[in-house]
Order: sequence, then C-alpha cells, then structure tokens
Amino acid sequence: MTLTMEAPIPVFDDDATDRKMAIICSKGSLDMAYPGLVLANAALGEGIETHLFFTFWGFDIINKETMGQLHFTPVGNPATHMSPMLMGLPGMTAFATHMMKKQIEGIDVPSVPEFLELITDAGGHLWACRMSADMMHLTEADLYERVEGIISASDFIELSEGAQTIFV
Amino acid sequence: MSLAVIAGNEVHVDDEGFMTEFEEWNEELGKQLAHNISIDLTERHLETIRFLRDDYKVQGETATLRRVSTLGGIPTKELFELFPKKPAKKMAYIAGLPKPAGCV
Repeated sequence: MTLTMEAPIPVFDDDATDRKMAIICSKGSLDMAYPGLVLANAALGEGIETHLFFTFWGFDIINKETMGQLHFTPVGNPATHMSPMLMGLPGMTAFATHMMKKQIEGIDVPSVPEFLELITDAGGHLWACRMSADMMHLTEADLYERVEGIISASDFIELSEGAQTIFV
Repeated sequence: MSLAVIAGNEVHVDDEGFMTEFEEWNEELGKQLAHNISIDLTERHLETIRFLRDDYKVQGETATLRRVSTLGGIPTKELFELFPKKPAKKMAYIAGLPKPAGCV
C-alpha cells in the first residue's frame, strides 16, 4: 500500500557522530593489515573520530621500507584449506601474497600505502608505538610521513579516552 | 516504500527518506534534498552528484567514496568538505540513490 505524505528526512548529524574509535594494529602481514584499515575507513565515512595505533609487527604497515611489501604466508594458516606440507614449499609465500594482492586489487581496494593516504585524507590519525620504535631502532624519519607521532602506551590510553577500542 | 512529496513532486521514498526510483529525480529535487540536510548545492556539489548518477546508471549500484575520488576525480578531502561527516550517505541521498553497499 502506498500513500502520499511529506518525505521523511534522514538524520545524518545525530549523536552517533560523537563516537570515537581507536584501532590497535599489532600485526604486519598483508591479511592482518587490512581489517584495521577497512574498519578505520568505514568509521571515518560515518563521521567518527578515528585513531590508528601501530605496535609491534603492525609497525610494518607504517614503516616506509616495508609498507608496500607486506606478505601473506599460508604456512600454518588453516583458512587456506590446503595441505600444510604444500604450504611450506619454497616460493609459496610469494605466490600466496601475489594472489591475495590480485584479489584485493580486483575488488578495487587500495594497496596499503594508498589506503593510509585515503584514511588520513578522510581525517584519520596515525600513531606509532614508542616501545616498538625503540626495539626496532626506528625514528619518525623511517615512518610514513603522515604518522603524527611516536607515542607511549600511556599517551595512547589518554588519547583513546571515551573511544571504542579494537585490537587487531 | 511509499509515495511522498518533495519540492512539489510526487516521488517514491524508503522509510528513511531516500528516493527509490532513479527516473523520478531531477536537479531541482536534488536541491531540495540538499536543503533538507543543510547543504547548499554549489557547482562542485552538482559535479559530484552527476558523477554518482552517471556511474549508477552503468554500474547499478551507488559508488563508494573511493570510487568517486579515483574515477570521479573529486579528492577524498574535498568530499568530506562538501558533504561533512557522512559524505557517502549524504551524496547518495541528494542524488536520489540508495546508500552505497561497498566496504571501501
């Protein structure tokens, strides 16, 4: 049944946009880099203040040397549904990485460096972990230029006050 | 889905107020929709809206922000300025299209 009425107006700037999210990226493999990036991008598109905190292996995502060359290794990954013996063969990681990158590109999802550009263009904040930087002997000069700073764990606790925190 | 009146036109909308019939839209209507959500349409807004509609005609789905920036040539930063806070949904609403379904 249809009837004529004044059209409803969607509510876009409701209180939900006062939400805040903090996403901790702790892993640097290709398959573990994307979940955090995709969520951050989605949150920003909803008008949510979003912070990404890169720690431990997650540093590879913002390290200029490695950010464009993250790998996917099928070794010990039951999600591949393949024989573990086969997955350990030489060249398998390169092959699996190549396949995954092609699949990601095929659905028009950006590469990791491009994704970070997109996220910061959308207003997202990137932070690096102090302890990881010290451990790996890295300084801000080694990191993607849009990283806003190397901060301590307690700095992160402070800036994530009131945020929904996601650990990847 | 129900019939509603926007800027003197009788059109089909969903429960939230998004138009559901592609052919019922025109720029005058778009201006009213933009006004409803406190956006004054400039030529740049209209460029974005036209890209969105042209793309929908071919793809059958609403372009995501990334698609608008890479193919439509309007940078992400600017999209957030033109349609603050929730650009993808606001653009779709003004363009008389469904909300984008893609993740990125």
